[in-house]
Amino acid sequence: MRLTGTSDLVVLLVVWTGLIALFGGASDGFLSAATLGSIANRIPALLLVATGMTLLMVTGGIDLSVGSALGFCGAMVGVAMADFGWGLASATLASIVLGSLLGGINGLVSVKLRLPSFIVSLGMLEIARGLAFLATHSQTKYIGAAVEGIGAPIPGWVVSPAFLIALAVVALGQGLLSCTVLGRHLIAVGANAEAAAISGIPVDRPRLWAHTLVGALTGLAAVFSCSRLGSADPNAGVGFELTVIAAVVVGGTSLLGGRGSVAKSLLGVLIVATLEAGLVQLGASEPAKRVVTGIVIVVAVLADSWRRRP
Amino acid sequence: MILTAAGLTKRFPGVTALSDVSFDLRAGEIHALCGENGAGKSTLIKLLAGVYRHGSYEGRIEVAGEEARFRSIRDASAAGIAVIHQELALVEQMSVAENIFLGTEPTRCGIFVDRRAAERAAAAVLGNFGVALDPATPVAALGVGEKQLVEIVKALARNSRILILDEPTAALAEHEVETLLRILGELRTRGVACIYISHRLAEVFRIADRVTVLRDGRTVATLPAAEVDESTVVRLMVGREVSDLYAHPAAPLGATLLAVEGLAVMGPGRESLLREVSFELRAGEVLGVGGLMGAGRTELLMHLFGAWGRRVAGRVVLGSQSLPAGDPHAALAAGLALVTEDRRRYGLVLGESIAFNLSLSSLASLSRAGIIAGRMEAASNRHWFAALGIRATGLDAIVGRLSGGNQQKVVLGKALMTRPRVVMLDEPTRGIDIGAKLEIYRLINGLTASGCGVLLVSSELPELIGISDRILMLHAGTISACFDRNSATPERLLRAALGGAAGRGRGTTASGAPAVHQNGDSALSAPP
Repeated sequence: MRLTGTSDLVVLLVVWTGLIALFGGASDGFLSAATLGSIANRIPALLLVATGMTLLMVTGGIDLSVGSALGFCGAMVGVAMADFGWGLASATLASIVLGSLLGGINGLVSVKLRLPSFIVSLGMLEIARGLAFLATHSQTKYIGAAVEGIGAPIPGWVVSPAFLIALAVVALGQGLLSCTVLGRHLIAVGANAEAAAISGIPVDRPRLWAHTLVGALTGLAAVFSCSRLGSADPNAGVGFELTVIAAVVVGGTSLLGGRGSVAKSLLGVLIVATLEAGLVQLGASEPAKRVVTGIVIVVAVLADSWRRRP
Repeated sequence: MILTAAGLTKRFPGVTALSDVSFDLRAGEIHALCGENGAGKSTLIKLLAGVYRHGSYEGRIEVAGEEARFRSIRDASAAGIAVIHQELALVEQMSVAENIFLGTEPTRCGIFVDRRAAERAAAAVLGNFGVALDPATPVAALGVGEKQLVEIVKALARNSRILILDEPTAALAEHEVETLLRILGELRTRGVACIYISHRLAEVFRIADRVTVLRDGRTVATLPAAEVDESTVVRLMVGREVSDLYAHPAAPLGATLLAVEGLAVMGPGRESLLREVSFELRAGEVLGVGGLMGAGRTELLMHLFGAWGRRVAGRVVLGSQSLPAGDPHAALAAGLALVTEDRRRYGLVLGESIAFNLSLSSLASLSRAGIIAGRMEAASNRHWFAALGIRATGLDAIVGRLSGGNQQKVVLGKALMTRPRVVMLDEPTRGIDIGAKLEIYRLINGLTASGCGVLLVSSELPELIGISDRILMLHAGTISACFDRNSATPERLLRAALGGAAGRGRGTTASGAPAVHQNGDSALSAPP
C-alpha cells in the first residue's frame, strides 16, 4: 500500500518530536526555550539551501558546489562590507546576484552541454572555493555588528530574523512546488523528461531555474552564515553540501528526481539539527556525533525506500 | 494433478485483476492459457510463480497435492515452477553452459568453477532434449529462438516440473517456432507440464492438450483442445461478436486542417528517414497510416509534432499556420496533439496521479501568472476523467498502477484537454483490452463528429481499415499507396506495405527484406 504524502509528513514529525522527547528525557537542560531557540538560530542557512536543493533534486539535478558558493559569496560580503564599506542591504543583494550567477553557470553548462550536474557542480565546488580564497587573500574578514543583527535573536522572541526569513522561504518554496506551473514542470521533468517534452514542456527551462534558485538562496544563506560569526571566513561551508543533501534526503526527496517536498525537507533539517544539538548536550564528541548522524541518514533513507515498496 | 489452483482472487487498489479463477495442470500436459490483454493471464502466472506472495491473494494453490505458500519466486522455483519470460533473463557475455548453471556452478574445491565439468553436464542436458547447441558458445552469439531454448534447458537442469511459457513465439522465426514446438512435445512425453500462453491460436491448437480461456479476470471455460476450434475460442475470449467492433460513420468532410507538402526528414544519425511525404487531412476525417515496422510511421507523427528528426525539406501547415520543426510547445499551441505509441516512456509520469498527468499539457490555460488555478484545474480533470470513463479509485490514483487501457485513456485525456484540432494517435489500442478498445473507437468517432481531424497509425490492418476514411501506406519512409475506404483490403495494404505497386502508389524499390510485422492481436481480431 502506498502511503500518501501527508502521512509521510506525519512520520517525519513523529520522528522529530521523538528525538526532542528522547534528548529531553536524557538531559535536563535540553527541553528549554534557549536550546530550541539556539537550534532554530543555527539552521537558517541550511533551511534556505535545502529548499533550493529540494527543488533542484526534484528535477533530477544536484548541486555539490553550495558549500563553496556559500564560502565565496560570504567572502564577497566580507570584502564589500569590511573593505568597501557597503551597507548590509547592498551586500546581501550582491551576494544573491553572485550566488545566482554561480548556480546559473552550473545550470547552463549541465543543461545546454548535456553534462551531469553532479560533475559540473563538482568542478564549481573547486572553482568557487579557490575564488573565495583569492577574494579574501585567504584571510578572515571581520565585519562586526553591521551583519550580526539578522542572525541574533529578536529581543523577547527567542528566534532571529534570519530564521523567520528562512521559514518564509520554505513556505514560498513549497508553494512554488505545489501551486505553480513551474513546480509541476519541475516534477514532470524530473520524473520523465521524455514524456514532459511530448507534453509540450520546455524541459531545459525548469532545470535552469532550479539551478539558479539554489545559487540565489545560497547567496542569501552566505549572509546569514556571516552574521553568526560577525565575519567572513573563506573556509566557511566546507562539507555544507553534504549536510544539505543529507537533510533533503532524510526528508524523503528522491536522488533520482521526480519526487520531493520542501515541507519535508524542513523536517529533515530539523531532525538533522536536533540530533546534532542533542548529541552535543549529551556530551558526545565530534567524531561520535558524525558516526551517529551518518547512521541516522542511512536508516532514514532505508526506512523511506522500504515504506515505498509495492 | 501436478498443479491445482482454486478460487484465486487478486485485488489491486481499485481493480480486481482475478476473480475466483480455477486452473489445473496435469503432468505431461500442455495447457494453453488464452485471453485478451488485460484478461488476467499475467496476474495468474505471477501468482503461480510466486511474484505475488502467498497472503496477497485469496484462494489456494497446490503443487503435487500439497498447498504451496510461495513467499518469493525462489520458493516457486524450488517447488519446480519455472517461468520462461518474453524478455529473456540470460547473461549475454557468458557461455551457454555458464548460463545453464548460473548460481549452481559445479566447482573444484568449492571455489573454482569447473568449466569443463559444466560444459560436459550442459552438453548432456542439451543432448538429452535434442537441442543442438555448443555449450561453449557465448549467448550473445545466439538467435532469439536459441536463447529461449537455453532458458528452457536452464529451467530443466534445475529439475523444474512445470514450465510457464509467456508468448514464447512472439519473436521467433518460423523454423525456430518449429524447433520450440518439437521440443515442447518431447518434454511432454517426459512428464514435464507446460502452461502455454500465446496470441497465436494456430500454435495453441497444434500443441495444446487443453485450453483455458480467461476474460475480465474470470475463467470462462477450460476445454480439451480437440473439442473446440479457433473461432469458438475467439468468441469466448472476446465475449461478443467481433465483426461489429468498428462502427465508423462517415462524417461529412470539412476544410483541410493539416497539409503536409514534400516533407523530407533526417534522423539523429543524419540518415534519411522520410522523403517526399505529402498529404492532406480534412476536418471530420480519419486518415489511417499503415506500414511495416521501421517504415517511418512513428517518425512521421513525432516529426509533425516537433519532437523528432531534422527537417530537410517540405512544409507542415495546420489551419493557416505553418508549423516549425522541433517545437512541441508550438505544435500544441497550434492545436496539434500526439498520443504516442510508447505511453509509459513518452506519455505518462507514472509515479504521479491521474490529475497530475491529465492537466500536464494544459497548465498554461489553467493558471494565472504562473500560479495554477486549483478549482479550474480540478474541474477540468473531473470533466475528462468522466468523459473518458477512466476506471480508478479517483483522480489521485497513481497512473503507474492503472491497467493499460486506463493508462491509455489518461494519455488521451491529456491530449484532448488541450482542445486540439488535429489528433495524432500512434497505435492507440496496442496492449489494451477489448472494452477499452471499443471506447477508444467511440472517442475517435466523437472527435471526427465534432470537426477534428484524426491521423491514426495502427499495425492492426482490420482496425486500420475499419476506422479510417482513407489510408496512407508508408514504405521505406515514403508513401507507397493511398486507399479510400472501399478499395482497402488487407491484401492490398500488405502489398503496399511491402513496397509493391498497389492502389495509386508510386513504385518504390523494396530495401532489404523487411519482416512482416506480426501482431498477435491482429491475428485475433481479423475475422476470416
